[in-house]
Amino acid sequence: MSEAINDVGESVETGESAAGKVKKFMFINRKSPYGTIYALESLEVVLISAAFDQDVSLAFFDDGVYQLVKGQKTQGIGIKNHSPTYRALDGYDIEKLYVEKESMELRGLTTEDLLVPVQQLSRGELSKLIDTQDVVLSF
Amino acid sequence: MEFGILINEGPYTHQASDTAYNFAAAAIGKGHKIHRVFFYHDGVNNGTRLAEPPQDDRHIPKRWSEFAKNHNIDLVICVAAALRRGIKDENLAEGFRISGLGQLVESGIQADRLLVFGD
Repeated sequence: MSEAINDVGESVETGESAAGKVKKFMFINRKSPYGTIYALESLEVVLISAAFDQDVSLAFFDDGVYQLVKGQKTQGIGIKNHSPTYRALDGYDIEKLYVEKESMELRGLTTEDLLVPVQQLSRGELSKLIDTQDVVLSF
Repeated sequence: MEFGILINEGPYTHQASDTAYNFAAAAIGKGHKIHRVFFYHDGVNNGTRLAEPPQDDRHIPKRWSEFAKNHNIDLVICVAAALRRGIKDENLAEGFRISGLGQLVESGIQADRLLVFGD
C-alpha cells in the first residue's frame, strides 16, 4: 500500500484492493487552459493517478494543445497560471505526452512552442493509441 | 459487467447527469453492476440537497439519492471540486459521500469499463 497527498492536503490511501493492478490510463485534454476549469481539474486527476502507479499518458487535441504553450501569463485575467505543473509531470514518472499534429498545425504551433517535450502524432496514429488504452478520461 | 461512471457536468444546465442516470438504470436493469458514480467538475452540484426544481420537472439530486438507496450504489463527490463550489457535508443530498480523486482512479482500475459523461 502506498500513500500520497492530494491537492487538499488529504492523505490518500491507494488501497490494497487496487494495488498490483496496472492499467493504461489516458487523459485526453481538449479545452483551452483558461476559460473553463477542465484543464486545471484534469491535471489534478493526472497527479492523483500517479500515486496509484498506473501506466499514464496524456493526449492533447483541439484547443487542448494551448494548455502546453510556453509563456502563459494569467495576471490580467486574475486566474492562477497552472502551466508550470506540466513541467513537474516527469517527476511523477508521467512522460508520455502526445499532441495531435492536425490540432497543432491548425493553430500555427510547433513542438518548439511547448513547455515540455511531447510526441506529435497524427489523428490516425492517436486513434490507434487510444484503442490500446484500458481507461480513457476525456476533459 | 461492472461499470464505473464519471459525471463532469452539473444538473439541468447539461444533459450529462440525465444520460448517465438513464445508462446506469438500464445497466442495472440488464443485470450489470455499477462500481461507483463519481461526480467531478460542476458535476458535484448533482449532490446538493438544496435543489428545488419545479414540481413538473425531474428532481435530479433526489433521483440519484433514490437510485443509490434502491440499488446500493456508491455516489462519490470529489472533495476538491466540491469545496471550490460550496458543496459540503452540511448541504449534501442523501446517499452521496464526499471523498478524494483517488476514488475515481480506483474505479478506473476496478471496474471493467469507466464511462465519462460530460461535454
